[in-house]
Order: sequence, then C-alpha cells, then structure tokens
Amino acid sequence: MTRPVDADKDRSMELQKEMIAGMFDDLATAHEDGKKVVYTFVPGNLTELIRSFDLLPVLPEINALQSGMRKLSGGYITEAEKQGHSEDVCTYVKCDLGMLKKGNVGPTGKRLPEPDLLLLSYTGCFTFMKWFELLKQEYDCPVAMLHVPYQPDGKIHDHQREYIVKQMRTELIPKLEQVSGKKYDEDRLKEMLAKSAKAEDDLVHVLESAKNRPSPIDAYFGGVYYIGPMFTAFRGSDQGLEYYRLLREEVDARVAAGLGPVTPDGTMTKEKFRLVVEGPPNWTSFREFWKMFYEEDAVVVASSYTKVGGLYDRGFRHDPARPLESLADYCLGCYTNLGLPSRVELLEEYVKEYEADGFMINSVKSCNSFSAGQLLILRQIEERTGIPGGFIESDLVDPRYFSAANIKNRIESYLQMLEQKRGAGVGA
Amino acid sequence: MSEPQKKDIFIGIDLGSTTTKAVILDDGGEILGRGITNSRSNYDVACRIAREEAFIRARFSLAENAMRADPLLSGLESTFIRRLEDSFKLHQYRGELEHLREALQAAAGNARHFAYQADFRNILNEIVDRMVETAPALFEPGASRKSDFFRDLAGAEYMQLAEAMADPKGINFETIVGAYDSAILTVENTSDEESFKSHIGAALELLLENGSGETAEQSAHLRAAIETARNYNLNELVTVGTGYGRQRLPFPKEWIRSEILCHGLGAHAMFPDTATVLDIGGQDTKAIQVDDKGIVTSFQMNDRCAAGCGRYLGYIADEMNLGLHELGPLAQRSTHRVKINSTCTVFAGAELRDRLGMGQRREDILAGLHRAIMLRAMSLLARSGGVKDEFTFTGGVANNPAAVDALVDLVEQNYGARKLNISPDSIYTGALGGALFAMRDYQGAQA
Repeated sequence: MTRPVDADKDRSMELQKEMIAGMFDDLATAHEDGKKVVYTFVPGNLTELIRSFDLLPVLPEINALQSGMRKLSGGYITEAEKQGHSEDVCTYVKCDLGMLKKGNVGPTGKRLPEPDLLLLSYTGCFTFMKWFELLKQEYDCPVAMLHVPYQPDGKIHDHQREYIVKQMRTELIPKLEQVSGKKYDEDRLKEMLAKSAKAEDDLVHVLESAKNRPSPIDAYFGGVYYIGPMFTAFRGSDQGLEYYRLLREEVDARVAAGLGPVTPDGTMTKEKFRLVVEGPPNWTSFREFWKMFYEEDAVVVASSYTKVGGLYDRGFRHDPARPLESLADYCLGCYTNLGLPSRVELLEEYVKEYEADGFMINSVKSCNSFSAGQLLILRQIEERTGIPGGFIESDLVDPRYFSAANIKNRIESYLQMLEQKRGAGVGA
Repeated sequence: MSEPQKKDIFIGIDLGSTTTKAVILDDGGEILGRGITNSRSNYDVACRIAREEAFIRARFSLAENAMRADPLLSGLESTFIRRLEDSFKLHQYRGELEHLREALQAAAGNARHFAYQADFRNILNEIVDRMVETAPALFEPGASRKSDFFRDLAGAEYMQLAEAMADPKGINFETIVGAYDSAILTVENTSDEESFKSHIGAALELLLENGSGETAEQSAHLRAAIETARNYNLNELVTVGTGYGRQRLPFPKEWIRSEILCHGLGAHAMFPDTATVLDIGGQDTKAIQVDDKGIVTSFQMNDRCAAGCGRYLGYIADEMNLGLHELGPLAQRSTHRVKINSTCTVFAGAELRDRLGMGQRREDILAGLHRAIMLRAMSLLARSGGVKDEFTFTGGVANNPAAVDALVDLVEQNYGARKLNISPDSIYTGALGGALFAMRDYQGAQA
C-alpha cells in the first residue's frame, strides 16, 4: 500500500542528486582544472586522506552500479566479454572495463578522467586486485596497495592496525605526496575526520530509525541512497555534513508523523513484514526488485549491504585524535572483511534489535566476498532466531541474471510462508 | 420435483507452465472433482476449462454418493459410474466434434479458399463424419486413449484422415491441416458450462438401453440419482489460485497463493506424515520442508535456468524420437550407466548426439541423464534442509520410474532409509493445496 509520490519528494534526495551530478562534472574537467585523480574502491576507502591531498576519488564500483541503474551495464558487459572476459567474471569489473573500452563515458554522460594513481586500500576482495591489474594494463600510472588482513575472529588486533598504519606511512602517503606534489598535512586530515565522525553519527541515527514502528525508512532499498555520499566521495566534506544533517531532520519528521518509508510509488502506508536482508541488491532492475517488496507491504529494517563501507552502527567512528589508526580500523572493519561467525552474529543481532519478522539473502552471482557461505549463514540465523530464512539469487549489474518471475515467486512464497507461520495455518 | 440439494465447495486452481489443474473440495475437505487441461497461451481459458471439468467430475462424485446411499444401488456405483463416464465422454466428444465441424466450415469460408470452396467444405464434412463414426471405439470399456485432451485425441485422427483424403494436385494436406489448426483454437477455447446437464441424460439412456442387467426399478433409481447430481447447487465459497500464471487469475489478491505453499499443504493432505517435499515440474524444481500441519518452514528453488527440470526430459525425448513416458522404462534397462554431469537443457541435444556417436547405448545414456537430474535435485534438497522422513515426491517427473529409482538410491546414500510417497494424483498436489487454503481461509474468517 502506498500513496501518491508528489508529496514525498525529499529535499535530501534532490541534494544527493545534485551532489552526484556535481561530482561527475568535477571529474569530467579534473585534468583541465589541474586536478589529479585517484581510482579507489568503496570498501576501506580512504576518502579523507585522498582529499587532504586535493586529489579526486573515482570509484569504479559506483560507476558500474550507476551504469546498471541507468540500463547501460548490459552493453558494457557484452563489450568486456568480446575482449575475452569470461561469463563468470565479476560483472562490476566487466561493466567497468566495457565502459572504458567504449570511451570511458561515465553514467551521467560525461567523460571520466584517466587515473593518476590506482589506490587499492582493501584486499579482502581478491577481485579488486585483479581489477586494478587490468586497469594498470590500460593506464600508465602508479599503483599503491594496502594489504588489509582478514578478520577471522571479528576483532581488530593492535598488530593488524600497526601493520596497516606502517604501510600508510611508508608506502601510501609517499605515493600520494608524489602524485599530488603536496606534503602530507595531518591537521587538514584531522579536520576532515571530525566532519566524517559528525556525519557518521547522523547516518547511524537514520539507519537506527528503522527500529520504530512503522519504520520511517527502508534500510536496504532506501538505505543504498542514504549511504551514498558517505561511502563515496563526500565523507569528511561540508556537503556530506549538510546532507546527513538534512536527512536526519527529514527522518525525524517522518518518525514524529508516524510515516512509513518513501518508495518510487509514494509512502508506504502499511508495514506488514519487517525484514533483515543480507547481500547487495540487483541494480539493473532495482526499482522492479524494490517493488516486489513494497507491493507486499514488506519493509527492510536492517541490511548488511549498507555496512560494506563501514560498521558505524556498531560504534566505529573516524577519529581525529587517531587519524591514521582510525583509517586503518576502517579498512579492517568492512563488512566483507569479517569472518562468517561475525557476520552471523551481526545479522542475528539485527533480527533481534529491529524486531524483524524475516531474514532474506540476495545471493549475487558476481560477488564471492558476499556469497560464499551464505547458505551456512541462512541456516545459522534460522537456528539462532527461530525465524525461517528466504533465499533469492540475482546479480549486481548483469541484466541477464535477473529473472523477475523467479525472484517474485520466491519473495511472494517467502512472505506468504511468514504469514502462514504467524497465523498458525490460517491464511490471510 | 424436490428442491435441489445444495453443497458448499472450495476450489483450488494451479496454473502450471504445461497444464492447468483444478480441484473441488466439499465443506468436509473431501475431493469432489478434479480437472486438467493444457495451459496453452491463454491462462484465462485454461483456468475456465480445468474448472469446468472439475465441476463435471464433482457431479459424477455426487451421483456416486447418491448411489452408495441407495440400498437398491449400493455396491454398483463404482463400475456403473466408470461406464457412465465413458458414455458421457463419448457424448461430450461428439458435441465437440460438432463444434469442430462448424469451426472448420468457418475456416473454409475464408476468401483464399474461394476457388475450391465447395469441394473443400465436402472434404471437411466427410472427415468429421468419419470421426463421429469411429468415436465410440475410443470410449469403449477398456479402450486406451493417448490423451484426454480433445486437441490430441481429435488431432491424431484428423491428420490420418487428412493424409488419406488430400490430393497433392488439388486440395492438399497442408490446406486441410491448416483448417484444423485454426478451428481447433476456437473449439478448445469454447467452454461448455452446461456440458454435464446437456449430455448426462443421453449418456445415461444410452447406457441403460445397451443394458447390463439393471432391473426396471434400479434404472428408475439410477435416473433419480443422476437427476439429483445434475440439479445439485454447487455453491462456490472461495477459490484460491496458484502456479506461475496466478497473477492472471480473475480474483482478489488474498485468494492467490504461492505454489510452494500449495504444494507443501497438498502433499501434507495426501500423506499427512510428509516432512520433505520434492516437486519437479516443467520448468522448475522445488525442495520444500513442511511441519506437521503442512506449513512450509523452508524451501529452495532452482535458480536462473531450468536445467534438470521436466522440460529437459522433454527435449531428450524429442531428440531420441521417443514419447516422454517411454524414457524412464528404457533407462531402467541400462546395464552400464554413463556418467553425465551437465543437465543443461540447451546442451542436451549436443551431449546426447556426442555420446551416441561414441557408441554408448541409449539406455545407458538415459540412465545417466536421470541420475544427473536427481543429483541436481539432491543439491536443492540439501540446501532446503535435507531429506526427512516422510519424503513426498510430486510433479510430472514423479511419474518417471527411472527418475524415482535414481532418487531413492541417492536419498538412501545420503540420508539413509526414508519412506518415499508418490501419489498417482500427484499432478493435482498444488491445486489440492490451493483448495485446502480456500477452505481454511473461509473457515478461519467464519470462526
């Protein structure tokens, strides 16, 4: 159940659109404007550090998912496959490489600048390394790599942090200085990290608003928008700060008014199912996918995907008092850098804290970091919470792997199953 | 004449990719009637036709019940109703042939047949006349019919007659068959709501005329029993729809259920101790766990492709020029099963030709294919939570003995001894579950 969309245009959404468009505009003219560009990935991104050297970050996964949402990814993937990349390769990679081969025109139709540095600050995804190896063949530019140890026990140990900080000092910062021609300015970095921490507080407040009934947000389909500025180029910036201040206000107003989440078809007026979702969404049929949930009055109250760029809701903050140390903690703490037991624990806590009725996994073909072990996660959550899990399969940006009828069937069946259990056998 | 009796009923309709099924339950949850038809491209029509067939069967059930309750007829009902059904089917078939005649004449009226129209009309009439003549043989006691769908039954004979009567230089085979292709759509998309009422009287009289020892008094009672069934007011309370076409069903959203839930509940109704259900249909495979009330607790489905589903066996049968039902028995004759890993429907033909080319025997290849399908099903079962006791196998593939053998073998290897249930009516599992949901919904709302 939804009501018309006109009344529900949020100012924060407009602002985010402007910010993203502005970012691609800045990138389009970066080299003409005398700016240097760093390609880097979302998990473990060091945006403040990059920006403290006046460098501009480009995030290939964001380009890929934006291309997916704008229906461009299918053509790019085909292009990459023509170049010899197998059907089994991560489709973010193929989308990016295909885009490059077709002129590197970004999702908003403007050309992306070539990189001045390839900065790999998270190695938990092996594909990232291969991705940059491929980009290295295309671009003659330096590469900086930060080796980030995996967290099998879910705890950050001092030696791990020290190991990363050391790499930052000896490997990364010198390369950033070299590329930018500027000296490392720790005070400037601290200033940015303080802004990050403030915006992070606001983001957590927004994500945790889903504990209300009804939830004022959808923490997965809406959540991917809310994390947008934080996970991309706007952490530590005034724009980012402003965005999260505004978003927090809007969400508070929704809570006060007892309103449900905003969807492309308007505000949800009924909350029949509260779900926790694990795994990234599908981008090529994002709206159709979302609709399959809100049409059934199902709202996602917590998701792990919105934690790929940091587990802020579990207390992590960028800390101006420990600039490099907190950046190291950030790299170590990405959701996909956690061992399975930690992921199970987190999801179990979400189910309980957010009083969810169900738990669902969207298993994407492209991403081993996410998908490996998901069936085990499913069983464990079922055992620990007594709530049955649902399992659907799709892909990130390859439109060929989104079978609408199959996915809709599974979602509907799953929700009907929850309802049936709730009603102890008497339907509807 | 007494007031017609009334019975409250619940209906479940399962719109499958291949066939559409309907089940009617009475208010005590007993199955009154079932109907099945091919789904065609038109779900609305398929739904209506399956439903009407179920209504007809329901009236036969009511007649049977009336006979059983009558001391003079009790004991005769099951054989008599079987014969009456055959007689009824003959009348129904003849009715459909007359529809076909009209539709063929309409097709012949097309302007492009103008030059030879009169001859064409005569040929078409003669074909239908011959079909009417040979119809009784199809419905004799013990006669085996390849299919109960009018399209298949009439089509086979029409093709033979068309071949015999075609003149390569005049009205050729293609022209005659072309008329059938357009006419059959009209015929099978026309439903006859009054079919039972209009044919049952004649069917009964034909049976009584031919006599099988009924006394005059018994005949009078039989007429009364049939009359009761004919006039029964079947009061449809709730219909629940399921299957891939369920969004197309013309009723409210609350009355639409996922086929996974329906299969779970249907299997539970057929075998109350069912804990795990495997359903292999035309284009998907489902592994379902249910609790002791038939409520689904977990399920897994095949993803993204239909490898290893019923359609795969269909392709294999086509490639080997065999009927679908012949595959299993042939595979059972294997002595050296070939190991096959791929169950990709797209590659099926190539894989098969390759292996035949290598000199492998058909039965050994088929045995390997059946095992490959079941290995895939085992993976889904494992993902859904394993195979518990009792284990119920549903869907079209459950009718294939080689598939069942492979499944039994693999289940035993992986999970130990399990009681395996397969119902001869397993094709109706989803529709039965739907009808049970209809009943539960209604009774829940009344409570």
